[in-house]
Amino acid sequence: MMASSYNAKEEDGHHSGASGPGGGTAVKSKKPDNTAFKQQRLPAWQPILTAGTVLPAFFVIGLIFIPIGIGLFVTSNNIKEYEIDYTGIEMSSPCFNCSQNFSWNSTTPCKCSVSFSLDQPFESNVFMYYGLSNFYQNHRRYVKSRDDSQLNGDKASLTNPSKECEPYRTSDKKFIAPCGAIANSLFNDTLDLFFIDPNGTRTRIELVKKGIAWWTDKHVKFRNPGGNNLNLTAVFIDTAKPVNWRKPVYELDTDQENNGFINEDFIVWMRTAALPTFRKLYRIIQRKNSMTPTLPRGNYTLDITYNYPVRSFEGRKRMILSTISWMGGKNPFLGIAYITVGSVCFFLGVVLLIIHHKYGNRNNSADIPN
Amino acid sequence: MLMRENCGKSRRGKKKRVRKERKRKVWVSLWQRTMAREFGEPGGVECSKVKKRTKKKNKKENKTRIVFSNILHDHGKGRDNPNRHYANNEIKTTKYTLLSFLPKNLFEQFHRYANVYFVFIALLNFVPVVNAFQPELALAPVLFILSVTAIKDLWEDYRRHRSDKEINHMDCLVYSRRERRYVEKYWKEVHVGDFIRLRCNEILPADVLLLSSSDPDHLCHIETATLDGETNLKQRQVVRSFIDQDSDFEPSRYNSIIECEKPNNDLNRFRGYIAHGNGRRDGLYKENLLLRGCTVRNTEEAVGIVIYAGHETKAMLNNNGPRYKRSKLERQMNVDVFWCVVILLIMCLFSAIGHGLWMFQYGDQRPVFDVLSPEGTDMSPALSAIYLFLTMIIVFQVLIPISLFVSIEIVKICQVYFIHQDSDLYDEETDSPLQCRALNITEDLGQVQYIFSDKTGTLTENKMVFRRCAVAGVEYSHDANARRLATYQEIDSEEEECTSRGGTLPRRDSVTSHQSGRVVLRSQSTKSHRRTGSRAEAKRASILSKHTAFSSPMEKDITPDPQLLDKVNECSIQPLGQLTHELSDIMEFFIALTICNTVVVSSPSHPRQKVRTRFELKSPVKTIEDFIKRFTPSRLTSGSNSSSSSSLAAGRSAHKPGSESALLRLEEEQHSARRADLQSAFGPAPPAAEEGELRYEAESPDEAALVYAARAYKCSLVGRLPDQVTVELPHLGRLHFELLHTLSFDSTRKRMSVVVRHPLTDQITVYTKGADSAIMDLIRPPSSSDTKSKRQRKILYKTQNFLNLYAASGLRTLCIAKKALSEEEYGAWLNSHLQAETAIQGREELLFQSAVRLETNLHLLGATGIEDRLQDGVPETIASLRKAGLQIWVLTGDKQETAVNIAYACRLLDPEEELIILNADTQEACAVLLEESLHYIQSKFLCDFPEHTARALRDDIRALEVPPALVHRLGLVIDGRTLAYALEGSLEDRFLAVARSCRSVLCCRSTPLQKSMVVKLVRNKLKVMTLAIGDGANDVSMIQVADVGIGISGQEGMQAVMASDFTIPRFQYLQKLLLVHGHWCYSRLANMILYFFYKNAMFVALIFWYQFYSGFSGSAMIDQWYLIFFNLMFSAFPQLITGTLDKDVSAETLQDLPQLYMNGQNSEEYKPYMFWMNMIDAFYQSVVCFFIPYFAYADSDVDLFTWGTPITTLALFTILLHLSIETKTWTWLNWASIVFSVSLFFTVALCYSASCPICYPPSNPYWTMHRLLGDPLFYLLCVITPVVALLPRYFYRACQGSVFPSLIQVGRQLDKLSPESRTGMLDQRAMCGAKLPLYPFPGPLPKDYNPSAQEPHLCKRWESTKDSKQPIDQLRPGPTPQVTDSKEADLNQSVPAASRDRTPPRSEDPRSKAPALPPCNALQFDPALDSPDFKIVNWIPSSPFPQRDSVPLMPLYACDLLSARRGQGSRTPNGPDCVEAEDLGSPKEGFLTTTLL
Repeated sequence: MMASSYNAKEEDGHHSGASGPGGGTAVKSKKPDNTAFKQQRLPAWQPILTAGTVLPAFFVIGLIFIPIGIGLFVTSNNIKEYEIDYTGIEMSSPCFNCSQNFSWNSTTPCKCSVSFSLDQPFESNVFMYYGLSNFYQNHRRYVKSRDDSQLNGDKASLTNPSKECEPYRTSDKKFIAPCGAIANSLFNDTLDLFFIDPNGTRTRIELVKKGIAWWTDKHVKFRNPGGNNLNLTAVFIDTAKPVNWRKPVYELDTDQENNGFINEDFIVWMRTAALPTFRKLYRIIQRKNSMTPTLPRGNYTLDITYNYPVRSFEGRKRMILSTISWMGGKNPFLGIAYITVGSVCFFLGVVLLIIHHKYGNRNNSADIPN
Repeated sequence: MLMRENCGKSRRGKKKRVRKERKRKVWVSLWQRTMAREFGEPGGVECSKVKKRTKKKNKKENKTRIVFSNILHDHGKGRDNPNRHYANNEIKTTKYTLLSFLPKNLFEQFHRYANVYFVFIALLNFVPVVNAFQPELALAPVLFILSVTAIKDLWEDYRRHRSDKEINHMDCLVYSRRERRYVEKYWKEVHVGDFIRLRCNEILPADVLLLSSSDPDHLCHIETATLDGETNLKQRQVVRSFIDQDSDFEPSRYNSIIECEKPNNDLNRFRGYIAHGNGRRDGLYKENLLLRGCTVRNTEEAVGIVIYAGHETKAMLNNNGPRYKRSKLERQMNVDVFWCVVILLIMCLFSAIGHGLWMFQYGDQRPVFDVLSPEGTDMSPALSAIYLFLTMIIVFQVLIPISLFVSIEIVKICQVYFIHQDSDLYDEETDSPLQCRALNITEDLGQVQYIFSDKTGTLTENKMVFRRCAVAGVEYSHDANARRLATYQEIDSEEEECTSRGGTLPRRDSVTSHQSGRVVLRSQSTKSHRRTGSRAEAKRASILSKHTAFSSPMEKDITPDPQLLDKVNECSIQPLGQLTHELSDIMEFFIALTICNTVVVSSPSHPRQKVRTRFELKSPVKTIEDFIKRFTPSRLTSGSNSSSSSSLAAGRSAHKPGSESALLRLEEEQHSARRADLQSAFGPAPPAAEEGELRYEAESPDEAALVYAARAYKCSLVGRLPDQVTVELPHLGRLHFELLHTLSFDSTRKRMSVVVRHPLTDQITVYTKGADSAIMDLIRPPSSSDTKSKRQRKILYKTQNFLNLYAASGLRTLCIAKKALSEEEYGAWLNSHLQAETAIQGREELLFQSAVRLETNLHLLGATGIEDRLQDGVPETIASLRKAGLQIWVLTGDKQETAVNIAYACRLLDPEEELIILNADTQEACAVLLEESLHYIQSKFLCDFPEHTARALRDDIRALEVPPALVHRLGLVIDGRTLAYALEGSLEDRFLAVARSCRSVLCCRSTPLQKSMVVKLVRNKLKVMTLAIGDGANDVSMIQVADVGIGISGQEGMQAVMASDFTIPRFQYLQKLLLVHGHWCYSRLANMILYFFYKNAMFVALIFWYQFYSGFSGSAMIDQWYLIFFNLMFSAFPQLITGTLDKDVSAETLQDLPQLYMNGQNSEEYKPYMFWMNMIDAFYQSVVCFFIPYFAYADSDVDLFTWGTPITTLALFTILLHLSIETKTWTWLNWASIVFSVSLFFTVALCYSASCPICYPPSNPYWTMHRLLGDPLFYLLCVITPVVALLPRYFYRACQGSVFPSLIQVGRQLDKLSPESRTGMLDQRAMCGAKLPLYPFPGPLPKDYNPSAQEPHLCKRWESTKDSKQPIDQLRPGPTPQVTDSKEADLNQSVPAASRDRTPPRSEDPRSKAPALPPCNALQFDPALDSPDFKIVNWIPSSPFPQRDSVPLMPLYACDLLSARRGQGSRTPNGPDCVEAEDLGSPKEGFLTTTLL
């Protein structure tokens, strides 16, 4: 990268250490030891940054980055993604009614369905996300508002959760399980996807709800209290459900493997998003066989049980279908960035080349001993 | 009631000086009694009675210490012991005890604002509503910082404790009351009032009043090297009343009461009274006091009573620890820390407002993610904004670099360590390495702009060599001696090489530190001597003597001037009464040289044992007269004095038999036998070889030099006792002068006198020796016009001329005079003098006046010229420092002529320079002089505009930073009196204006106070960094005032060293200290500080950007652990390594290219704008590090900390790579530290995120890092982000290195070259006198100038001629001498008569004389010596092109503007070169000449 030449001439400072006063004299001289370290003569590499020496680095960066960028860009472009906003802000939206009327206090769920069509088939496993915008899951007090040991199945914490959960710690003189604002604001819309055959029949697409959370979360971090006690109801008997929840935590799913604190939807939600616009994995649509695409092109209907009000904070709700690649979801940014940076480096390399030609002679003449 | 007044007065006088101490009411009355009695007047009793009545009320009045013998009061039973209140001898220099450590240390640490700030922030975290981190965690950095400092303090304290313990447990003999004998006790068990028996070579455990000595003269010799560094022996006397006691001192019979001053730190003062049981009282003086830490020498045994013990001893009171100074860089840094605070507040305010607005936009509808306060209450936007402000301060706290302060301390300690370890700064001869006493101003060494130097002992060796003398108006030039000295120089250098190669170092105990630890060191060495016996001791002493200033053969052996020796012999063969005036003057001159001093004689076989030859002078006058009468005829006939001396020895029955005297007698006989031969041959062999075994130890080297000089003429000092001086004179044998008084030297009188009874004439004779200015005014003016006075006048006139001549050749001049007193005159004076001596108030003043009264109407005997040789390498060092852009001012107490000539000798002044000499007698004259000098400078340099710009162009480096006032080729010489006027408020500015435009300034005859005033003036008015260097007590004030004070551990004691920040053994080491270490320290620290600011800002800004995406809620995506430990752990080591070890340019290049030093002077590494540039860069980099991950993860399912961890990693990489760009030297340590940092981060991160699934809320990083490491996106980010972040800086650095490289970068390129080609390069520059082609060209260039095309061409030509000196020599006879001569002639004519009148009469017209002087060897540059560095010195363009006809002759102003031609045309080595270069007729002659000028 940089100009390199090891300075060997300074290595001669090495031999010594014992070149003090001759042996036998008991008197210790105050003469400093003549070691390379103490005399600051350690062999060293002394790069000098000049146009000439730096130039190769720029070209090398350019040459490496541009191909990487192109690769990334192509990869990203090959990812298929479909996004549909079902917030229901516009009058035309099928969920308009739901969004207008619904609040946390509503008791009856509101249902709406959105139709859409895919122009291209989604070949591999398709990941179904729900996306929220303008939802500050990274708010400082929100992020803190949880009790990890409670979620880890700690019985003591179950009945006496951390103070951090305030003000979502108690409800009706019972401790809330799971406590805290994060749990309280759990996303509770239910999404169902139907394929509309050209002949008009609705085929329900099987959505896998397991495997959407981190393995370590599901198996280590989150645990139901009482271990493998199947009777979750009994375990949670002394606790209250979070204020905004319709049903208690032990009724999140019928599958005992996915119920209580180890409900994967719940776990995914508890992993707070970094940015106010985020998506969270909702379901996975497994590819059945290699012959047919997971989601063939055609018309689809998304049935929504509209439980989650976002209008108060001007949020948006989306459903995203996406395939993924080795580098994750569709994001052309990194590819473009690599290409741009590579080009810039290449350009700067050329500039440096010019500078080097214009001014470098002087340095050369200095470097060349005459 | 007169007495009453008296009492009060004396008390008041004491009050001023005496330190506060506990009150002792019981002793008030006693004190009053003794005080009253001390006045010796009848009113005393009354006074005491009066006071007695009020004793209870006047507790405060107790300002003295009263010491009783502990024999009378059993100390063990304490209660009734009157001394029980005084401190005992146990010393405790530790600050803490085990219990008090924690609170006391914390208390001290909280004196730092930064610590308070961080504790405040940590405590803020405990407030739930604003807390950002886990409160316990937030305490971690503060605790870390505090504990690091605490551990450091603890360790230091422990070391102190250990050394204290060692000292406290040293043994000494204390008289035991119970056992009635002296018993061994530890030092710490010694109490005030104890009797201590001291043996030879023992160290004094406390301040002891000498009561008895085994010495027959009741003396005790001590060596005070540990206190003041003076290695000569000092005599201390037994208290007068105990001298008279015939029997040995017996403590049990002691029943006196001592009253003395309270403990104070004045080493040279001690006063008190001793009151005996029989009512007798005696004064106590400093001559009676033995100070703690001194070593007893030459005295078998001594007994004393402890007066001050432990911390109250003078040695301990002088112990005032290391000094704390704040460096310029730190001051600048603090400004930027303040800016950081401002930035922090702005960021917090911004966030707070943002948060308020964010809350406000939701109105009443509370979104689900906006959590209520912990209390469950709703918060208004405004309130929550206020809370948020506090939260943000916690989150952004890293912006104020908590670790910076600690890091700087660590780095500075390392820097000090490396400076200590530099073997180039170690002086083999004295075994003294450099010492740093101030630990925190290392970088100031790299920023010095003005150097203020003492002359004597700093530039010169302070080894005085007798060179010339003039007696009775006849000059004796001692040419043979000069030749001998020239050969010595060569031998000396060879010897030095031998010793350094042989490696067996003679060692001299030098004082290493101020701490009491050195006492231990000394004691150990002494103990070992005791063990190994006398041989080792003798060896040591011989080594010691070899390296004391006063006894090297160079100074000892003086080849007598044949003419003078003739005359001496002549006067010895003539009867005394018939001597001509001249001859008697010569005799007297040598007698004066021999006795008018305080030299102590010690004998060879028993080092440090003084020679004791005592004659009982019951009736000296008679016997001597008899003696003369008896022996004069025999002398005449025999022509040899062997009989006389032997009969003298035999005749004096009182002559104490002793081996020494027998030996001497024997030697003497051998001597006299040989003398005839010697006399006829005038051989250079002095008798030193045989009898010269007597060694002289003098307090001032001049004295020794004079005594040795006199000995060369066979007038040798044989012994000195308090009341008698024994002198051996040729043909007269030993004479014993009864020493009546010694009026010791002081700087106001500038002279010393001895009053003796002359044994030959029986007259009371005063011999005075002193500065010529002091003596010449006191010479009795020849009154009448008879031949005698005419002759007298002539002698005076001639001597004055010779004095001027000596001074002009850089010799120190002393005048010797005498005065004969009649008994009546003496009686009268004695009366008043005794009064003065016994006076209580203003004794010094009275003594001074008494001395002045005596020293009048003197008869001039002669004058001497003593050379103070320049230290090795001083001219080169000064030349190199000057090239480094340092302004060097010399402030000396010497007379003007001497100073000017030394200045020429050390190349401070250049013969080509014009000299402005300011000598004014009045304030007005001074004002006029300054005004006109200013005009002159302006008219000469500034108004000549084309010339001026040309200058700017050619002063290549200087032009880069055009200094506010251009420095011209002018020298300014100002004398003390004028300086006093110039330093007065109204003239200060004008003086500075003149002085700053002169290249060198020389202040002569300046007092220590003036020295410090000058430094202060320059420092405060010009706002520059000042360095003061000196070696003597008179430099202390200057050293303390300057930003950097440097002491030279030389001959003149340790005061300067004690006051200094750095101590170097020799002046020439200043070059490496400043140019290399100063530069390194500065650039390292400057870069480190900037880097710190950058690093913290960059890291904090990441979080700031995040606030825009988290509703300004104070949320951080970086895990709090990373956030807190990032600075302390992950990014700490590389910068410490770089800050300690980075070398931008190698030491060799820095010394070869002193211009590189200007980098530091101009603060180029750390300018105010650089802080902001770094801040901008930091913000840019943080934007990159934030937004690349932001966009890469935009609208994805990434969670907060899975997103934040890569950002942390990226920031770490970016920060480390940034450091890599700024690192200039990569040693394995740099690599290791970076690798360590990265691996530490990943190790910690992996462990941390694997450690606990439920801990560390809220981040709970479980398995985050592991997942990230499996994510390709993470690696992709890690590659691109640092590249983008550092691209601008890297590109800028590359461009800068190519397009406009700084001087430093040029230096680094030079480093790259092989040593041969580098020296070739530098030589070429020297030869061409022009810039290296690689140099950037400042300022506008001639358009067609193409350096690469032409300069190498030019240089090539030079290289071809370089190998064979022939062409150069041919070219040499250039116009230089002619031009100078003609110019000088012009000058001499042009100097107006008026201005000559203004100069003092005695220095009249030195310039017409000076050129005619025979060249003085010492001042002449040995061409052979000069030639090696010849080129290096000259290749700097700023070296002058001597005589261009464009230099205008100066206008005829009243001021003494002199061209500095002093007849040293041969000292212009650079002249020919420049001429050659011009003669070359290069195509770009215009350019060349400008660079040359």
